[in-house]
Amino acid sequence: MYRYDEFDAAFVRDRVSRFRDQVERRISGALTEDEFKPLRLQNGLYLQLHAYMLRVAIPYGTLSGAQMRQLAMIAERWDKGYGHFTTRQNIQFNWPKLKDTPDILDALAAVGMHAIQTSGNCIRNVTADHFAGAAADEIEDPRPTAELLRQWSTDHPEFAFLPRKFKIAVTGSPNDRAVTKAHDIGLRMVRNGAGEPGYEVIVGGGLGRTPMVGSVIREFLPKEHLLPYVEAILRVYNLSGRRDNKYKARIKILVHEDGLDEVRARVEAEFDRQMAEACGPRVQADPAETARIAAYFTPPEFDDEGDIAAYHAARDADPEFRRWTETNLAEHRQPGYGIVTISLKKIGKAPGDATADQMRAMADIAERFGHDELRISHEQNVVLPHVRLSSLTDIYALLKANDLHEANVGLISDIIACPGMDYCALATARSIPIAQDIARHFADPTYAQTIGEMKIKISGCINACGHHHVGHIGILGLDRAGVENYQITLGGDHTETLAIGERAGPGFAAEEVVAAIDRLIEAYLLHRENPEETFLLAYRRLGLAPFKAALYPDTVQNAA
Amino acid sequence: MSGKPPARKKQFVPKIVSANDLFEGKVVYLKDDGAWTHTLRQAAIASNADEAEALLALSEQPGQVVGPYLLDIQLRADGCPAPVHFRERFRELGPSNRPDLGRQADRKIHLCSDTSNQAV
Repeated sequence: MYRYDEFDAAFVRDRVSRFRDQVERRISGALTEDEFKPLRLQNGLYLQLHAYMLRVAIPYGTLSGAQMRQLAMIAERWDKGYGHFTTRQNIQFNWPKLKDTPDILDALAAVGMHAIQTSGNCIRNVTADHFAGAAADEIEDPRPTAELLRQWSTDHPEFAFLPRKFKIAVTGSPNDRAVTKAHDIGLRMVRNGAGEPGYEVIVGGGLGRTPMVGSVIREFLPKEHLLPYVEAILRVYNLSGRRDNKYKARIKILVHEDGLDEVRARVEAEFDRQMAEACGPRVQADPAETARIAAYFTPPEFDDEGDIAAYHAARDADPEFRRWTETNLAEHRQPGYGIVTISLKKIGKAPGDATADQMRAMADIAERFGHDELRISHEQNVVLPHVRLSSLTDIYALLKANDLHEANVGLISDIIACPGMDYCALATARSIPIAQDIARHFADPTYAQTIGEMKIKISGCINACGHHHVGHIGILGLDRAGVENYQITLGGDHTETLAIGERAGPGFAAEEVVAAIDRLIEAYLLHRENPEETFLLAYRRLGLAPFKAALYPDTVQNAA
Repeated sequence: MSGKPPARKKQFVPKIVSANDLFEGKVVYLKDDGAWTHTLRQAAIASNADEAEALLALSEQPGQVVGPYLLDIQLRADGCPAPVHFRERFRELGPSNRPDLGRQADRKIHLCSDTSNQAV
């Protein structure tokens, strides 16, 4: 895992010190809110419905036990004893006091963390595959790339005031778990004809008000050209992106309006100019520096397999444990190892929330059994990337003791939900209670397994922090004449075959949503060809019609 | 003479001023004397546009609060200024999924909004 060097540590401490001074000046009245707001946002501090909210960056979702334990301490000492893990692989604290925020940032700096660039029109926290370095299908670990981008983009003076925020995601696997096609830039590690690793560069993806699937701007980019090429994209966007309308300011609109070929031509021209300038590529990373970064991400020294027979015996003996391994365990590239996803979707709880005690428990487990590594997934769960299968019974027991053993990863109750109107000042409706109601309704694990893979994603406004556009079933909360109303989209896909869901029809009142989802599921089970045909596959085969009929039975009857 | 009938004057909806407290971000309401309260029923009520304008002017206290604004209320028989929009109901109560947090968890505060629809 990457560790701050002296420069990183000094930089973060300096930022905290400056922010402490800014907070003091705001409280004394020396700074107005108009002056202070951009400063607090640059340090991750928002003002929401009930309180301030501090968004802390977890670069590419990777953190150590010590860092997770520090988050627990912050939750307990300065917040209300819990934190909310987000779809951007970050954590948000919902109740900090303004005067305490510099102390919180100091506590974060003590463990190599910060809240820089978690807000504002800059390059945001770079995200990556949460199975990075562990997945069996991986070409190369994406985190050295993400870390290089983090260092390059942090406080980059040219890109501090972009037309709009800018998000970069990286995956090292052909199975895309980082939603790269829904980012401003998505990087997918690929190999060229000679077998050399490089990147497929995707540009102009995004969700929000105008959802767009990203397009491939460069099919193969040699690894050493990463920074000049990304800089060329950013430079073209910075100069050409619209600043007259914030809803049309993202790079996806530039690509849509000017056309991919035109944007590509400008990017390639800028890239060529940079490569020719000053007898060589000006911003190409020093190979020694990339090697230094990569060294932090070398795989851990894996232990021997241990008593695998005991693990299999435990699976046979305990149906609950077996079910958990069926849903929450993924294949690791090292024999005898697995990747555990700890569900933060206990039935009836807010998706992504963890108490301070639970954070400490996860930190303990990572330190004892998981090579001291944790990941936050964009699906708002926590991942133990490297665990021995022979340790799983011990891990499961500890998770169970801390109420972290829900066996529902990838199933219908593993729902993404943004904070919605229970917290967020931008929201037009609530998200969390809708997720809770759906999860309760489908709480029966046998029924959930019968339904199979299902991605329900809920956003409380058009900004789509809950990724509703790419949910198999997407739910968007809106305000319709002063009443919460929920629009349903179907057929979205967040993977390498990314697709934007299709709006099914008129929205539903909050109390009607669960029944509507139930009718959709009934229709799916009725129409699927076999249990292997997932909801998404059935939708692709059948189209909207049978599901629309299930959602709006009265309309169909009346039309008949 | 012909033409459109004169537009009927839109009836004024009573209003109060709310903001977030600078120091903790808590929801606060403006009282008649220009002080801020956490209790909605103590909020000063504007019954016409002039009063609303005056309240908004009174609320400009950048050293105390952030983002003061007028919001529509419905004056209940018990004197409570109940917010018209559901967003304001959640602001008064706290997160609907966490009845243990926010104003709804403080038994000393008399709430105007109905808590029966809060999720548990």
